[in-house]
Amino acid sequence: MFYREAGQFKSTYGADQAIFPIVQDRWFMVLVLLVSYVVVPMFADEYWYQAILIPFIILALAAVGLNILTGYCGQVSLGTGAFMAVGAYATYKLSTGFPELNIIIVFLMSGAIAAAVGIVFGLPSLRIKGFYLAVATLAAQFFILWVFNKVEWFFNYSPSGTITAPPREIFSVLITGPEASPEARYYVVLVFLTVFALAAKNMARGHLGRSWMAIRDMDIAAEIIGIRPLQTKLLAFAISSFYCGVAGALYIFCWLGSAETEAFDILNISFPVLFMVIVGGLGSVLGSILGAGFITLLPIFLTNAPPVIGLEISTELQKHIEEIIFGVMIIFFLIVEPHGFNRLWQIAKEKLRMWPFPY
Amino acid sequence: MSQERRIGDVILKVDNVSLAFGGVKALTNITFDVCEGEVRSIIGPNGAGKSSMLNCINGFYKPTEGIITFKGESHSQMETHQAASQGIARTFQNIALFKGMTTLDNVMTGRNLKMRKNFLWQSLYYGPAMREELEHREAAERVIDFLEIESIRKTVVGRLPYGLQKRVELARALAAEPDMLLLDEPMAGMNYEEKEDMCRYILDVNDEFGTTIVLIEHDMSVVMDISDRVVVLDYGQKIADGDPDEVRANQRVIDAYLGVQHD
Repeated sequence: MFYREAGQFKSTYGADQAIFPIVQDRWFMVLVLLVSYVVVPMFADEYWYQAILIPFIILALAAVGLNILTGYCGQVSLGTGAFMAVGAYATYKLSTGFPELNIIIVFLMSGAIAAAVGIVFGLPSLRIKGFYLAVATLAAQFFILWVFNKVEWFFNYSPSGTITAPPREIFSVLITGPEASPEARYYVVLVFLTVFALAAKNMARGHLGRSWMAIRDMDIAAEIIGIRPLQTKLLAFAISSFYCGVAGALYIFCWLGSAETEAFDILNISFPVLFMVIVGGLGSVLGSILGAGFITLLPIFLTNAPPVIGLEISTELQKHIEEIIFGVMIIFFLIVEPHGFNRLWQIAKEKLRMWPFPY
Repeated sequence: MSQERRIGDVILKVDNVSLAFGGVKALTNITFDVCEGEVRSIIGPNGAGKSSMLNCINGFYKPTEGIITFKGESHSQMETHQAASQGIARTFQNIALFKGMTTLDNVMTGRNLKMRKNFLWQSLYYGPAMREELEHREAAERVIDFLEIESIRKTVVGRLPYGLQKRVELARALAAEPDMLLLDEPMAGMNYEEKEDMCRYILDVNDEFGTTIVLIEHDMSVVMDISDRVVVLDYGQKIADGDPDEVRANQRVIDAYLGVQHD
């Protein structure tokens, strides 16, 4: 009843190609931004920030990056963790090497370094596709983490082998390291996600996004139209790795504070982020964010739900149950709605358009 | 047919082209030309090498021998994007649309080669990238209008019926504003009315934009009706070339199609 596009006429192509052509969608986005920037900080406490919000946003950023590569360009990658690690270690080296450099610039430079590494590991994509490419990116995952573990230069010869985020400020507010306030770190990651998600959406609806999707849907036809497969795929690898690199930098600098390569392990990062993209919806920016929400929030919900309804179970049992439910949910989603949350959201909108009349 | 329709000089010349896959000879010493503004058909029984010929022309296959001259530029080997930027567009025998994208996006992708703003401008969207996008949207809408597919503009093409998909594919090829359009069996699997529609669109394209058309088709009545000249291939060799009446009367063509009695 309220979600109607009837009566909203577009008189220019510009209006028709706007990012949210329907008025209700625009208001919804404004609402979401308002809640995340104003309302959430009024109520959130340390636990919310550290356990829920910040990891959710950082992983959402990585999921957006992976969705560019896997969802839009159709190149399956299992190397997300490695590209995030490149971003994190690059930030560590740059910020300890040049302490006076603005940390935001350091983040972006680390993203660029991750992009360069992404291009190198994207080169096989011209020759191999699908599962075989996934295996090639798996090689990147293990190789890069191995290098970061073995070459001591990367963690400044610290005996523990960990990298620790040094305290850095912007506008004289501490935003990295263990002393930074959770609000400040929350705002930093939120701004990154907002800007990067918008940029991803813009690229996806432009001719670049169309050439990615063309390669994904029918590479031979794309080639004959004049799209160059190698350049297009490598650009997708570069941009995707850039996103992942920045996400990795934030992961250490704005969330964990210090970490080893284990934090970027395939089971910790690469698979979960791929699940986020699949559960959220391939080829959708909004879907990646919804998927990230689902994957990061579900374990927390499962941990907190039993005590609320008065069930007392041991932590180990809880952990196992959590994993079981998690796996079942993923399988359930893949069967019931393989196009992910984004498709569910679209169906809901289509239904709303008709409501309360079935036809 | 309108009077002002004129056939110009040779735009495409295929000179002694051979193509072999290992020991299999797909094409042997094929020579023919296509004049600007004409409708040229390539016919022949199954496996005669018609699609291979088209694939050579737009650079998807590299001929083992011979030279292809398009608009005065000779190539023995051509890259596909080179062919596309020189103004060759094509459709496919089995529809090769981008199934996950809308009709509009498919048509816009046909114009991708003409869009130059880099990814940084695009990530901003507002400004130069948007201006470029809108300019091309207008051109894309003209093609959509021409082929009467306005109503399915925002429909994902994977959900469209076969006949419409063929039309969207033609739209995508046309969106590139090609000088030469290669159509690989545009009427395969269509009923009588759909074929008539498709013929009308092909002739309209030829008439209105002056696009040269190279056509592969199995329906002889269609071929004989709409083409100016016909090349006949059989087992990778050219067996006839000329206007439809000549070809129809040619004994070798009749033999190839109907079979010869060996005694």
